[in-house]
Amino acid sequence: MSGRARMVLVAGASAAVLAATIAFGVTAWADRREADSNLGTADTAGLGTWAGGDRIVFRTTESGRAYGHVASVPIDAPDGARLTSGDVCDRLDATVARLSCLRIVRGVVPSYTATVSDAAGETAAEWPLPGIPSRTRFSPSGELVAETSFVSGHSYAAVGFSTATVISRVDGTSLGNLEEWSLTRDGAAVAAADRNFWGVTFVDDRTFYATVGMTLTGTTWLVRGDIDARSMTMLAENVECPSVSPDGRSIAFKRVTGDDPAGPHWTPAIYDVATGAVRVLPEERGIDDQIEWLDDDTILYGMPRAQTRGDSDVWALEVDGSSDPRILIEHAWSPAVVGRDE
Amino acid sequence: MYISLTNSPPDAAETRAPRGIRTVSSTVVTLGLVSLLTDISSESVSAVLPLYVTGMLGLSTIAFGLLDGLYQGVSALVRIAGGYTSDRLGRPKWVAFSGYAVAAAARVGLLFASSFAALSVVLTADRIGKGIRTAPRDALIAASSDPQNRGAAFGVHRMLDNIGAAIGPLLAFVILWLIPDGYDVVFAVSLSCAVIGLLILGVLVPNVRTRPEAPERAARRRDRRDAWTTLRRGPFRRVLAAAGILGIVTIGDGFVYLALQGRNDFAAQWFPLLYVGTNVAFLALAVPLGRLADRVGRARVFVAGHVGLLAAYVVAALAIDDLVATLLCLAFLGAFYAATDGVLAALAADLTTPETRATGIAAAQTVVAVSRFGSAALFGVLWFAVGRETALVIAALVLAGAVVGAAIALRPVIRKAAS
Repeated sequence: MSGRARMVLVAGASAAVLAATIAFGVTAWADRREADSNLGTADTAGLGTWAGGDRIVFRTTESGRAYGHVASVPIDAPDGARLTSGDVCDRLDATVARLSCLRIVRGVVPSYTATVSDAAGETAAEWPLPGIPSRTRFSPSGELVAETSFVSGHSYAAVGFSTATVISRVDGTSLGNLEEWSLTRDGAAVAAADRNFWGVTFVDDRTFYATVGMTLTGTTWLVRGDIDARSMTMLAENVECPSVSPDGRSIAFKRVTGDDPAGPHWTPAIYDVATGAVRVLPEERGIDDQIEWLDDDTILYGMPRAQTRGDSDVWALEVDGSSDPRILIEHAWSPAVVGRDE
Repeated sequence: MYISLTNSPPDAAETRAPRGIRTVSSTVVTLGLVSLLTDISSESVSAVLPLYVTGMLGLSTIAFGLLDGLYQGVSALVRIAGGYTSDRLGRPKWVAFSGYAVAAAARVGLLFASSFAALSVVLTADRIGKGIRTAPRDALIAASSDPQNRGAAFGVHRMLDNIGAAIGPLLAFVILWLIPDGYDVVFAVSLSCAVIGLLILGVLVPNVRTRPEAPERAARRRDRRDAWTTLRRGPFRRVLAAAGILGIVTIGDGFVYLALQGRNDFAAQWFPLLYVGTNVAFLALAVPLGRLADRVGRARVFVAGHVGLLAAYVVAALAIDDLVATLLCLAFLGAFYAATDGVLAALAADLTTPETRATGIAAAQTVVAVSRFGSAALFGVLWFAVGRETALVIAALVLAGAVVGAAIALRPVIRKAAS
């Protein structure tokens, strides 16, 4: 083949490949636009939809239609009609009066924000996050909010991983990054730099539980924190992403029980606050979510669908271990129970 | 066997004049173009991977961090095998081609991988491809260049390579901006860039032979002996030692970026793109520093380049103005890469024969990769034990010592080049 013929061959084949790619991209873009326009106004309701309580608020993951939007269903009829709001969140928590929404903001440079909005849907406070959203929780009073994000760089800049967990008032005033607070184990202070925190769950506006990951040993611990004293105490090993029950007696969490190809295999488990006893629940699959309590007997967690990327369901499991896990809400993620008592 | 377009004798006046891309062989530019496309392909995917893993696969990024170490190690080991095979067959182009082909095939897998397990297979295949192709490609660059201009040739190649690395993430984020959750489109673009790169390599790059066809058995055995002798011989051994000494104190950009973002609002906001800044500095300085290496000696520039790294550590550890600190750090890191990456390949090419070149280049690069990997692990411990600023100051002091040590180890090589 002559030099010229080779050039023509490469140019022609490259043009064909590029044309196919562009066609694929344009189709995806058009599909997305159509899906966006299908979100009719009749279906779009503000945050007030759950102001009456007794609803489960979540991120809907149904493909196409309102993907990623905040939606809610009645607690009593979780498979019933869902009300979809105009808000888009990657992780969320809700109370009767507020929504905490962690979001990846697309752009030439993606950025990450935490937003607290009130029942009218107005933004009450917004602040930037240093990385990919991971967990958020309100305190029972709805006056404090915690969020965890992954500070992730580029693959060749990887340093393992690093988290940032901050507790704030709902007006956006930060009470501090937990890494700056004091940490003790058996009464002795723990070295300042060797730790990451994630997964805050509040008992009230002073006391909370969270996970501390010790970087050097790779172990995780349950800590109990005191917001006023800006201090935390290590309680039990191999406890991640705690979630305290409505009656405050139990903590649901995920425990490493084996290895998956992707990393640890986590199983939901229950920690008894009074005795420190731990029970692992009958769930075969690995979970990677911060558990939410439906009531004092039932926990909820998101589980990705094996066959559909980006889609997941919210599962329910009885904490007495009496029954198998069941799907509570299809095409949903990041459930928040907006309770009867609130 | 040089098929360079510019075999003009090195004339003092001409060497000093700024000469553009034209002074390097068209093969080098074509290989640079292949790398540019391949880097768009791989960097666009790397940039969105954390988002994809957390957003689409519903996993925490903890698992993601674990995987990274795995494929760094895989890549280093495969690299030596790729270099050695290239030398044995005497066909660097086709060995490099197989590496690019493996990476392109991995991109197809990405479109269908819906679990983390499948994703890790795909990413590992991608790294294996990168490991296979690097040394034979660098041997091809060396074989296609005038030895006098080798630093510049590698500079031009690394410049094009890094243009791709800077475009890739931006392209990926723009796609996600236009099509939220359009990861498949990012993967499709990545695949098409990989395929076009493969096509250019296969059709347009000449099949340079680094040895006669089908050597008889005795010659093959001799060659194998030669390969290892070259690596163990005086000057090359010194290069490996110096690369190792410097590699073990190269803590990784990630820590520098983390130190910057930890106390610096500007860096925190731009954290996901800091490495693109480093790439831009790298691509801007690759050709000038490659030329400088041709003039004053490659070993000298390689060692001196680590002073750029030292400067980056110092700036990251000092409490100075946000914007200035960040930009200085990125410029110093870019200068460090520009003075060391391609220059090390050129240096390794100088001290090897055409028959052992790919093995030599692979050995030097593997020593760097493995020692840096060890260094990142060690520094991680230090970082968490004493805190970031103190750890950076300690790293800077140790690095300063290592630069002196490497300069001493390379003294005979530097002298020889100067004479």
